[in-house]
Amino acid sequence: MRAIAILAGRELRDSLRNRRVAGATLLMAALSLTLTLLGSAPTGSVGISMLSVTIVSLASLTVFLVPLIALLIAHDAIAGELERGTLGLLLAYPVRRIEVVVGKFVGHTLVLAVAAIVGYGAAALTLALRSDAVEAGAWGAFVLLVGSSILLGMAFVALGYLASTAVRDPRTAAAMAIGLWLFFVLVYDMAVLGALVADQGRTFTPSLVTALLFGNPADLFRLANLTADSNVSLHAGLAGMAHQVPAGTALVLAALAAWIVVPLALAALLFQRREL
Amino acid sequence: MTDVTASLKSVSKRYASEYAVNQVDLALHAGERIALVGHNGAGKSTLVKLMLGLVQPTAGTIEVLGVSVGRGRGIAAHAGIGYLPESVVFPPALTAEEVMAFYARLKRCPVSGNAELLERVGLAHAASRRISSYSKGMRQRLGLAQALIGAPQLMLLDEPTTGLDPALRRTFYEILEELARGGVTVLLSSHALAELEARTDRIVVMNRGHKVADGSLAELRAQADCPTRIRVDFGHGVREFTCDEKDKAAVLKRALALPGELRDVEVASPSLDDLYAHFLRREAAE
Repeated sequence: MRAIAILAGRELRDSLRNRRVAGATLLMAALSLTLTLLGSAPTGSVGISMLSVTIVSLASLTVFLVPLIALLIAHDAIAGELERGTLGLLLAYPVRRIEVVVGKFVGHTLVLAVAAIVGYGAAALTLALRSDAVEAGAWGAFVLLVGSSILLGMAFVALGYLASTAVRDPRTAAAMAIGLWLFFVLVYDMAVLGALVADQGRTFTPSLVTALLFGNPADLFRLANLTADSNVSLHAGLAGMAHQVPAGTALVLAALAAWIVVPLALAALLFQRREL
Repeated sequence: MTDVTASLKSVSKRYASEYAVNQVDLALHAGERIALVGHNGAGKSTLVKLMLGLVQPTAGTIEVLGVSVGRGRGIAAHAGIGYLPESVVFPPALTAEEVMAFYARLKRCPVSGNAELLERVGLAHAASRRISSYSKGMRQRLGLAQALIGAPQLMLLDEPTTGLDPALRRTFYEILEELARGGVTVLLSSHALAELEARTDRIVVMNRGHKVADGSLAELRAQADCPTRIRVDFGHGVREFTCDEKDKAAVLKRALALPGELRDVEVASPSLDDLYAHFLRREAAE
């Protein structure tokens, strides 16, 4: 436990020092503020809850941005330290390998949490200050958005570690990280959509589609946010989907958690067997 | 010199098709300074990594500080080991103090002891500066300082003096000598053979994974039967003798007894370089 706390602390300090935290937070704050201000302009006068509109925009932004930030900070975790020689040194200290993986994971999660809470919090705060037309339920959806953004980030940090432990060269790990991002964020959904269109509903039953969505943490994130709140799903154009998908928010979040635990466990296992 | 701090028994490590370490037996004792010599790829680094449990032996048993090392075990020994990897790049954005504090906490040592260690390696003046501003020598000093945390009983230093200027090497070896006097086992690998001669108690020569020689410099000379050269200058002419290391004294006595006015005597025992070349030749011939 002690070693995990020390390692997590170092990871966080490193990220603060080389301005990764500041960069990620600023990027998320800037983009979410832009979306908030632009997104509320056309609807503000009509008097709908602007927060739920913003949540839809933020959720779409998150799906692209958070996995990218997570993979950027995670892909170097093991392979990079191996190349710099600090990994061998670290393991010559009384530290178990599992503690190294978990410690780094906790540190990187904290980095993401700071970026998500501060970045999105800035947007929400601006909205709250600008108008009092925020529905009671919208705050719950906002908390869900921030929480599930962190979960999504954790899943991609774990996937990044998997890339980082699977190969020796940090450049290969970086290439794999880009590949992972492209696959889960862009290619996967297009492939599912393409298959759906080509299939014309013959073999793709709604439950099969749901199952396919569970095969991608980015889709799980969308499901969790865009279908949980009725107002949000209305704005997202997913009101129909919310009824189609039989999965409850709890189940979706549990699946997202599995997307964290399984890759992280695999990475830890690979690292345990790793020869330095 | 009887306390064994580390012992390897017929240890082998095979990577894919070839052995990096092949059937090596080695016992390190308290207070010993051991030089591990051999060219690149001779198995020096692998031997050190095996002792740390960073790589798993294909065969054989390793015991370090009374703990058997292997599959996930051996961590318990790490509190008593100081390690300096061959090339290590500390995070450039951190200061020496911060790096030392991190490693001291990991070893459960008081952070307050770090200032003294940084002083000892001559880094006290730069302790609060970022490592990005450090020279190669200063980084190496920091590497040594972190290895000294927690007063380890076993120091494993992989090519510690590569890229250091002569003055720095001197302080480096002085620190190691002090440590050995205090009962610490110091194992350092190097291919700077000349500088090791006077500074180690024992030399282990590795070649292609095999241990080809092990002993003090005098013992290696005796084993190697490399000739010792004696040059005696009598003014009217120079006489040269070659003999075995063990006959050196007798030959010298006879040479000095020769008639003539003695002006100069030179005795050249085979250097570590000569011995190393000899052991490699012998190994190749076998």
